[in-house]
Amino acid sequence: MNGPQDLGGMQAFGAVKPEPLQPIFHAPWEARAMALVVAMGATGSWNIDRSRFRRESLPPAVYYTSSYYEIWMGGLEGLLEENGLVSGEELAASCALGEAKPIKKTLKMQEVEATLSRGSPTNRDLPVKAPKFTAGDWIVTINEHPSHHTRLPRYARGKAGKVLACHGFHVFPDSNAQGLGEAPQALYTVEFDGHALWGQQTSAASVCVDCFESYLQPFPK
Amino acid sequence: MQVTNQQNTSLSLDKLSRDPAARVAALESVLIAKGYVDPLAIDAIIDTYQNKVGPRYGAKVIARAWTEPEFKAWLLRDATAAISSMGYTGRQGEHMTVLENTPDIHNMVVCTLCSCYPLPVLGLPPVWYKSPAYRSKAVVNPLGVLKDFGRELPAHVRIKVWDSTAEIRYLVLPMQPEASKGLNAEALEAWVSRDSMIGTGFAEAPLEAKV
Repeated sequence: MNGPQDLGGMQAFGAVKPEPLQPIFHAPWEARAMALVVAMGATGSWNIDRSRFRRESLPPAVYYTSSYYEIWMGGLEGLLEENGLVSGEELAASCALGEAKPIKKTLKMQEVEATLSRGSPTNRDLPVKAPKFTAGDWIVTINEHPSHHTRLPRYARGKAGKVLACHGFHVFPDSNAQGLGEAPQALYTVEFDGHALWGQQTSAASVCVDCFESYLQPFPK
Repeated sequence: MQVTNQQNTSLSLDKLSRDPAARVAALESVLIAKGYVDPLAIDAIIDTYQNKVGPRYGAKVIARAWTEPEFKAWLLRDATAAISSMGYTGRQGEHMTVLENTPDIHNMVVCTLCSCYPLPVLGLPPVWYKSPAYRSKAVVNPLGVLKDFGRELPAHVRIKVWDSTAEIRYLVLPMQPEASKGLNAEALEAWVSRDSMIGTGFAEAPLEAKV
């Protein structure tokens, strides 16, 4: 979706502000928010693509005036509500008012280390399918603006680029975020010339974007 | 005031403008009361990312690549396997690619759509990495980003920007400073900053060695 998250190329945000002291959290609540999102993610009640969709579905005015972990909280509240795990009334009242809904699992303390170090690989073996493109191929990205979650940024739509690498088949976020299944697709790294994306006023020689196969069409001969 | 977002989940601006600490504490108590989260697991997750995983893991990978040509070749060929052989695996580092800086090419990593970042080797991302300022600017004006960090590049250097739009996570292999040649891997780790592995900085002498 063309939501507030699709930031590439916007120009109104001023200078990047480095932090020499490199604090990981700026307040204790940020750490709690991060961990709540991770722990709830481990319940298997939704997938990472859905959680990204919930964050980018926040109203733009809210998204741009929220700190990062406030966005995470907003996303988590939306996920809890749409899955019937916590009601809007409970969020408003800040206490449990109804019965808990059964969930697949609760992450236990002793499982944390193994769960985090295992991660959730998104590659899938599809022995009967072959990727359509190979490194060196020229492609053109589609110029579609779906209202659902997608991972082709606006700045890279309808552009010609060159395939740098194929990473095999991976879970397709556009499908997974909608609850339509993993529908794995070949995943490629595509390199776009900086000037082709931005005209003459750019200091990027090129920008490389990871693109799913259905984002790509063969370059017209 | 009430606003409605997609899917019509209720979202009150009053709630959003509430003190975030109170908001998180309230949500945590609801989730614990319902049995969805184990409070001890919350503590363990925080401990992992606050005290265990961090950019010193990435620095060990880089220092080893600088001192072991075979490891460097493996890292550039199959970063996921090479990095996991050092024990750095897991969430948001399942599929790794390493980008080598050269005298002619400087690599910079960003996630314009969210905040994708190679957690097992760099830990949690800094605030600026997740900020709209960085996410918007890096893809169009990476040289300007470097300037924001007080850095410059020779005019002939081409900047390649890598937007982490899928589940591939990128780690930059910075150029080894001449002055550090000959040091062992352990000593070299201090020369590798977090920013140098994102591409917003360079490897350089640690502060105490600069005097």
